[in-house]
Amino acid sequence: MPETPPSSRIPRRDTPALSLIAAATCLTLAATACGGGESDEDGQGQDAGELSGELDVFAAASLTDVFEDLAADFEAEHPDVDVVLNFAGSSELAVQINSGAPADVFAAADTATMGQVTDDLGLDPDWAGEHGEDGALFATNTLQIAVPPDNPAGIETFDDLAEDGTDVAFCADEVPCGAATAEAMEAAGTDITPVTYEEDVRAVLTKVELGEVDAGLVYTTDVVSAEDRVEGIDFPEAEEAVNDYPIGLLSGAQNPEAGEAWIEHVLGEDGAAELDAAGFGTP
Amino acid sequence: MTTASPATPAAPGRRRLRARSGRPPWILVVPALAAVAFLVLPFAGLLVSAPWPDMGERLRDPEVLSALWLSLTTATAATVVSLLLGVPLAWLLARTEFPGRRLVRALVTVPLVIPPVVGGVALLLVLGRNGILGTHLDTWFGITIPFTTAAVVMAQVFVAMPFLVISVEGSLRGADRRYEEAAATLGASRTTVFTRVTLPMVLPGIAAGAVLCWARALGEFGATITFAGNFPGTTQTMPLAVYMAMQRDPEAAVVLSLVLLLVSLAVLVTLRERWVNA
Repeated sequence: MPETPPSSRIPRRDTPALSLIAAATCLTLAATACGGGESDEDGQGQDAGELSGELDVFAAASLTDVFEDLAADFEAEHPDVDVVLNFAGSSELAVQINSGAPADVFAAADTATMGQVTDDLGLDPDWAGEHGEDGALFATNTLQIAVPPDNPAGIETFDDLAEDGTDVAFCADEVPCGAATAEAMEAAGTDITPVTYEEDVRAVLTKVELGEVDAGLVYTTDVVSAEDRVEGIDFPEAEEAVNDYPIGLLSGAQNPEAGEAWIEHVLGEDGAAELDAAGFGTP
Repeated sequence: MTTASPATPAAPGRRRLRARSGRPPWILVVPALAAVAFLVLPFAGLLVSAPWPDMGERLRDPEVLSALWLSLTTATAATVVSLLLGVPLAWLLARTEFPGRRLVRALVTVPLVIPPVVGGVALLLVLGRNGILGTHLDTWFGITIPFTTAAVVMAQVFVAMPFLVISVEGSLRGADRRYEEAAATLGASRTTVFTRVTLPMVLPGIAAGAVLCWARALGEFGATITFAGNFPGTTQTMPLAVYMAMQRDPEAAVVLSLVLLLVSLAVLVTLRERWVNA
């Protein structure tokens, strides 16, 4: 088995590069079987531990950077596996999965959204028997106040957001970060009226980066990914609104072996290190 | 007599031709039916999956009503603004020669091509609090545009006005210029020619363009949520409410979509009866 994959880039759905990489993989591995998606149907192949085929991972948008890195490592370890990552808001992904989108693994940004999937499509029964009906928790994320680099409104505490003339952007209640925002407000006992309820956390971050608002509530990981374009301010009330990230192998997964291995990879040491570097906490 | 004779045998021939034209050719009918099916089936899908029993209750939700009201008023305001600015622009493009006219026409149609979200970002970069013009509006007049109802209208004008301009410019080019020339020869000024001759002549084109513009403004989502944000009552229009509902309660999203569809259909059908078929 070769140690390195022909390309360190993560293949994505719909890219012509995908077939090129697959072809290159086939050439370099001429000796071994390289049957693409069909190979997992004809039993175990010659080696019971060998994983192959396409692995479809649906993950919350906040996991983008971490999962792309982890996918590169995973493909280096299992050169016959193509990890196809699909990132979007958790709620949107849950709707897609329940409507029959081809997914092997789902990683959600909160337990409620994972609940939408476990209530409807459900998780793989064998996997769930081992790891729990609601998926396995692998990370946590807390809210931070994001302000433009020079902090024009001089925000220091969560209560400062409630002041008149301070323009604040929140996530809409319908998406996980909005639900967390509501919990933090309840914990703080302050009532803040934002100027906008954005459709997802990245939209809040954009409004802060452009300086259109004085502050926004986003996740710690978003502040890390925005580098020096925003400044993050911790606030104690955020501890009351910690988001748990569950991951699970979906019922009817096309590639359950690779899916299970992927989840082990995320839950393992490498996964923990990547998650920590991106600003996630441990559950 | 000799001149009339060729006309007489032609008459039955023409009648036969008309009789044959009564049955439309299948080469047009089949694709037309496919087009109708493709456009109508998704609507039927909404109708079938709608939660009819609790429809009435959902419709009385004050947030739904305020979103609907905001959508109707902002789309109408956007159409009025587009008419005031777009008709003169269409006239300039169709009736005058100036350097860079082709470039201007190409630029005017840019909003049709770019994704509305990009349009929203562009509006923020120009009119936002830190935007090129927005900074001055803020420091000189204390005006900030994002997150206001005015921003909703501006986003709608940005994406919808090109439809009006293109449609009006098309009718201006199709209109017979001899009437305008006759009026000018009789001493009418260019303004009089425009208001008394040109405008009445292309009125159907303006009406069609305005309807198209209104419909596009009503459905506007991407530029609105990016530039105006999403706040119930001030900037949350129906398409935004539908999107938000989709995140938590897809059934509610279906109800909202149906309401928007039915109201817009009702308005368009009424207008059509009144203006286009008049």
